[in-house]
Amino acid sequence: MPARAAIREKAAALQALFQAAGAQVIEADILQPAETLLDLYGEDIRARAFVTHDPLAGERMLRPDFTVPVVQMHMQNGAEPARYTYSGVVFRQQEDGAGRASEYIQVGYEVFDRTDPPAADAEVFSLIFQALEGYRLRAATGDMGILMAAVRGLDTSDRRKAALLRHIWRPARFRALLDRYSGKLPVPESRARLLAEADPMARATPLIGLRRADEIAERIAALRADAHEPPIGAGETELLDRILGLAAKAPAALAALQEIARDMPSLSGSVATLAARLEALDGRGIDVEALDFEASYGRSSMEYYDGFVFGFYAEDRPDLPPVATGGRYDALTRVLGQGRSIPAVGGVIRPALLMECAP
Amino acid sequence: MTIKLAVPSKGRLMDKTFEWFAARGVGLRRTGSAREYAGAVEGAPGVELVLLSAGEIPRELAAGRVHLGVTGSDLVREKLARWDSRIEALSGLGFGRADLVLAVPAAWVDVNILDDLDAVAAQFRANHGFRLRIATKYHRLVRDFLRAHGVADYQLVDSQGATEGTVKNETAEAIADITSTGETLGANHLKVLDDGLIHSSQATLFALPEARLSAGQAEIRRALLARLGL
Repeated sequence: MPARAAIREKAAALQALFQAAGAQVIEADILQPAETLLDLYGEDIRARAFVTHDPLAGERMLRPDFTVPVVQMHMQNGAEPARYTYSGVVFRQQEDGAGRASEYIQVGYEVFDRTDPPAADAEVFSLIFQALEGYRLRAATGDMGILMAAVRGLDTSDRRKAALLRHIWRPARFRALLDRYSGKLPVPESRARLLAEADPMARATPLIGLRRADEIAERIAALRADAHEPPIGAGETELLDRILGLAAKAPAALAALQEIARDMPSLSGSVATLAARLEALDGRGIDVEALDFEASYGRSSMEYYDGFVFGFYAEDRPDLPPVATGGRYDALTRVLGQGRSIPAVGGVIRPALLMECAP
Repeated sequence: MTIKLAVPSKGRLMDKTFEWFAARGVGLRRTGSAREYAGAVEGAPGVELVLLSAGEIPRELAAGRVHLGVTGSDLVREKLARWDSRIEALSGLGFGRADLVLAVPAAWVDVNILDDLDAVAAQFRANHGFRLRIATKYHRLVRDFLRAHGVADYQLVDSQGATEGTVKNETAEAIADITSTGETLGANHLKVLDDGLIHSSQATLFALPEARLSAGQAEIRRALLARLGL
């Protein structure tokens, strides 16, 4: 681990690059209200972040990232378009990765701009690419928007699509749902019994707790409707599997997706976005021919990326976490924006990891 | 040169532990007055008896302040992150059995498996504006279990006692608690999910890995385990 002073110096140099690109420097509180982060990430964040307690304000979290406070600040009083940079320590519990740092500096660059999202994606990626120049790193890229568009375009009920989208970041649950909806897994025995009952609500007594009888009845009605829903066809699940398994150099991946989009027209918008992004990256001098693309990349990491995603990995240090990561999080701005939203994309570099990599 | 064996300091768990060791030729007993937490060992030279609250034994083991300890397997999993990389489970003792289970109101006729609970958590959050509350004192075990099974949109609320009453009192929608017969759950109009068994617990003899003992201590430990037939 490099010395602290050297890491700070590296962080300052990286932030200077982001400032030169037009970003405004911002700060964020280290103590964040736990409730916001819990509502966003769910209870799992407790195993990843440090929770502490304020005697009056209640549960607080040592910031696990800057994205949430930066989005909140922007949604409250930011002018449009906006570019921000920050540099500071974030805190993560490392229960499963003994030896990994539980506090480390992140230097970030975030763009809030609705004019041309693919160009903004390319701007963030190429800026971080330049900042990392001279190190032996491999870039991984993906696009959560493609899988999401494929799910939205399935020929099935809105309820099934909503359930699949809700679990798009939990690959095992997603797969179980898809297998059920496509008839590969049988209806659970207890559900078959429930559906065979003439009046299951007669047993719904005594009802205790906040969940009401009409909510139970509504779900039974939904389960009955779902039982009559035809299975998702083999053609569609095969296309989904092709998307999920797609890993190639960017131009080949784009061609494969364009071909899939012929059978799955719902993909065409997000595939056009990918094409526009690759063109914008090329325009910024990125060697798109050599760029890796995986359609599943980013599914099991942070839960808010819903478009372009990327990470930079040390070629000869597979033991290290990614040196830089980022992506697009339009939906997060809607969740935190109380009715308002704006396309947003950003990324962070971990200077201490960068300094551990061979130049 | 001694090693310390920690045993729950009172109640059935202590009595049963004493019986288990006695059946294998190692006499454990409390000494002094009934109120004094001191103990003696016969038939196992170099072993010292320490009487501790069952809930503190995992921590004392992990810290290396005791070398062997009897406590519930649920307590070790709840209190020690990555417990199996820090201490060893030598043997289940066959008593102190209890299951940590996930239970919902029996009137929820549409909820029988985790898949249902997950769907209802999404419905509940949409309708009520907050995440479905599960009352428990076993935060780590429940969270790891629900993550492994891909359940989302829930929150854990701490309940240190009378957990079965929280649903009726409307401070939680579901619970995760220890049960041995299920009677208390039934009396409180709750039912266990078909796939809601989080952990099947029993009193277990745990130990520090031998590598964390001195040569002399390791010798004492080997003799004790040989005597116990382990």
